[in-house]
Amino acid sequence: MQTVKMVVTGPFNAGKTEFIRSVSEIDVVSTERKITSEAERIKQSTTVAMDFGRITVDEDLVLYLFGTPGQKRFDFMWEILSEGMLGFIVMLDSTRPETFREARSILETFRAYAPTPYVVAANKQDKEDAWELDDMRIALRLDPKVKLLSCVATNKENVKNVLLELLFSILAEMENGS
Amino acid sequence: MALKGNLRDFTITQLLNLINLARKTGTLMVEGPNEKIWVSFKEGRLAYAQVGQEDNSLATILFKAKKITAGQQKAIKARAGSMSDKELGLLLINANYISQQDILNSLQAHFIGIVNRLFSWVEGFFRFENELLPPDDKITVRISLENIIIEGSRRMRELEQLKDEIPSLDMALKFSDRPGTNIRNVNLSVEEWRVVSYINPKNSMHQIARATKLNDLEIRKIVYGLIQAGLVEIVRPAGATRPAPRISPQVPVTQEKKEEQRSLINRLIRRIRSL
Repeated sequence: MQTVKMVVTGPFNAGKTEFIRSVSEIDVVSTERKITSEAERIKQSTTVAMDFGRITVDEDLVLYLFGTPGQKRFDFMWEILSEGMLGFIVMLDSTRPETFREARSILETFRAYAPTPYVVAANKQDKEDAWELDDMRIALRLDPKVKLLSCVATNKENVKNVLLELLFSILAEMENGS
Repeated sequence: MALKGNLRDFTITQLLNLINLARKTGTLMVEGPNEKIWVSFKEGRLAYAQVGQEDNSLATILFKAKKITAGQQKAIKARAGSMSDKELGLLLINANYISQQDILNSLQAHFIGIVNRLFSWVEGFFRFENELLPPDDKITVRISLENIIIEGSRRMRELEQLKDEIPSLDMALKFSDRPGTNIRNVNLSVEEWRVVSYINPKNSMHQIARATKLNDLEIRKIVYGLIQAGLVEIVRPAGATRPAPRISPQVPVTQEKKEEQRSLINRLIRRIRSL
């Protein structure tokens, strides 16, 4: 049995757990805890170690999805989680521009750990106060070649699209590298 | 016992705070990766500072502070080369070239500038020698450390923020592919132009900083400004190894054939589509 993994990362409350939950065939093994910090109390609980989802491809191949903890104080987990990943997804909350800078920093950190292909998923695009993708690209200083994808993490089709775009990027990089 | 250690464990802010509160007299020597700095204190106040073998003569300090011209500096060096800083200072004041306040202000700004450089050092061995002071012929000042500590702490916060923006100086820079943008039309400082002249995907920011004699904070500040202006982009240095996507930690990619990798990704694509 061969296993491959993708990492879903991003700032606190970006929607990483929901994203994995939308496509995982098992109940996401989530290590969520009640929020203790007042400053971060914009949701009831948060991931403190990692989320873990699974998609069985066939009898020989399984894809694991790992969600990183969003709080900065758990960033020591990132390098461990990035080891051997096929690619990664940076998720961010389109309605919270105050997290864009952190998202950019997370992106750079993951690129330093493993220069594998990645896509950026702009979550919560269904919300009224969500930033436009073009504006987000400028704010995040994303190269035009980087895929910035509209996403609603609770929508399975959206999540599938993000995963597929990442796989297409991986395939394209393989073609370029050959 | 001499006060000694590494800035990694005991920051410059903590050191200055200690010297200030204990009203220490002596000289702090800090040895960083590229240079040495000596800072002297009298009863907890900044008295004197010197960077390595840099020319710390009064004439040079006054020239850097734009109080005298290059020609005047040259003439002073030629005619009063053997004079001490104190003698030279008196001579310039008596000849009405410059006021005493101008001399003191220039020295203070110069010494504070040297101490401020230390705030960007994250590593460096330090040693405080009690009662060791600069030679008597040097002009010393008396600057309280509180403001320097506050200003330095602000710089450290700034550095932390810049580190968030530009986490690694091992990355390189390239000019943005933006049609219609001409860097020649942009107003840049001398230091910014020096950095710009080295921008090339082959040069890491570390290399550019070394070539332009900028410290980590200074290079980050300049690069951040250039990025914000949309003039440059951070790229992986040309020639740096860029590993192909790894398929699994258990199965090193070197053992996998390209075709197998493609097949694996295509299987994943088909599976995700069928979800």
